Amino acid sequence: MGYFELMGFGPKGWGLLLAQATLMTIAVSVTAFAIGAVLGGLLAWARLAGGRGIGIAAETYVTVLRGIPDLLVIYLLYFGGSSVLTSVMRWLGNDGFVGVNAFAAGAIAVGIISAAYQSEVYRGAFGAVAKGEIEAARAVGMGRMLMFRRILAPQILRFAIPGLGNVWQLALKESALISVVGLTEILRQAQVGAGSTRQPFVFFITAALLYLLLSTVSGWGFNRAEAAAMRGVRRA
Amino acid sequence: MTTPAISLKGIRKRFGDLEVLKGISLDAAEGDVISILGASGSGKSTLLRCINLLEVADAGDVVIGGEAIAWKPKRDGGREAADRAQVERMRARLGMVFQNFNLWSHMTVLENVIEAPVHVQKRPKAEAIAEAEALLDKVGIADKRNHYPAHLSGGQQQRAAIARALAMHPRVMLFDEPTSALDPELVGEVLRVMRALAYEGRTMLVVTHEIGFAREVSDRVLFLHQGVIEADGRPDEIFTAPKSDRLRQFLARTMPA
Repeated sequence: MGYFELMGFGPKGWGLLLAQATLMTIAVSVTAFAIGAVLGGLLAWARLAGGRGIGIAAETYVTVLRGIPDLLVIYLLYFGGSSVLTSVMRWLGNDGFVGVNAFAAGAIAVGIISAAYQSEVYRGAFGAVAKGEIEAARAVGMGRMLMFRRILAPQILRFAIPGLGNVWQLALKESALISVVGLTEILRQAQVGAGSTRQPFVFFITAALLYLLLSTVSGWGFNRAEAAAMRGVRRA
Repeated sequence: MTTPAISLKGIRKRFGDLEVLKGISLDAAEGDVISILGASGSGKSTLLRCINLLEVADAGDVVIGGEAIAWKPKRDGGREAADRAQVERMRARLGMVFQNFNLWSHMTVLENVIEAPVHVQKRPKAEAIAEAEALLDKVGIADKRNHYPAHLSGGQQQRAAIARALAMHPRVMLFDEPTSALDPELVGEVLRVMRALAYEGRTMLVVTHEIGFAREVSDRVLFLHQGVIEADGRPDEIFTAPKSDRLRQFLARTMPA
């Protein structure tokens, strides 16, 4: 069987399964990235504007999540989460193993890691907003929320885009780790295909091409977004 | 007697060990153009920033249009404005023009000018745009309304910033060294706009190094030295017959020969 037949959409081809797996990779990465954006934004805010205690807590979070292996976080959430859930169910009178949803556990695991990185990106982007522009906003009588919405957030976002592009790339690649808990994303599907056809090289190369495709397209998207957001900024 | 547009009573401000303002009192009547001179470090910018509460004076009262800012003590022994809404309301009555323009860089000139009228004062957008265009025409940059600040010269940016401040219909305009960051050949265009505003009868407090402007346009000139008002009078009193030695020295250094 030739490569294109093997990877095609015919009766013996793996094309449909790999396409579904690619969608799964996109779905779990986007969900994780979104979780990271919300949590990362809160962490950045906590470190910039929160009191001393909140600031230290946020800093500790970032240090810990950046300092332990990502795979370990996934194991902790999935297996740790499942054992907690099983104990809770047993206590409620339901015997037997209860598993955490692999998608949820994976997306949350990659998301809370991404949050640590994203918070750094947002913090740096806030630092890039000219302090004089913040003073000008105060001087015209803007309240905190209005200033955040109209002056800070648009500028933080545009300064954050390049950094967020990198963090997104990380989330996309880390989503492959979720294959260890059985979520059928690209890498997991490639493993299955490799095992059942005994053609590991073909399947893993295909998986690599799919990841490259996703990262190239999204990289192009981030570049476009950056170009649009940087209107009016003089480049050095 | 009418209520002063701005009234300061015993303003004190300290940064660490350095007392920058040592009890400044000042009444600015409606329509007054007051120039504030002084060497760098004399506290003149700090004084202006205490009026719109970009700096919080450690002691003293700030009264704007008869309404005094309410204070409350802070835990560290200092104080802060008691009512954030009051501060925001007061600030909207004061148009501030900064040394470094401080236009919002992600907005075009027109968007900068309509931002506060639309989002702070909640005026209809169409009305704000029409007025903004008239103001930009007045300061001579109507053709730049869709440009971003980074693509304008310093003089154009400062004129846009003046239009932005005017769009709020402020009772008082505060200028914090508006020409100090400009290339010499761009100073004139900004001073021309400010002169026109002064002749319209606007109330203006101008911290400046432009002696010629102060002399020609002001109703009153203050000279600050080490945190106190060293001299206060009409321009001819200040410039032609300065009584204070320090003022004489200052003028000798800064006046063109």
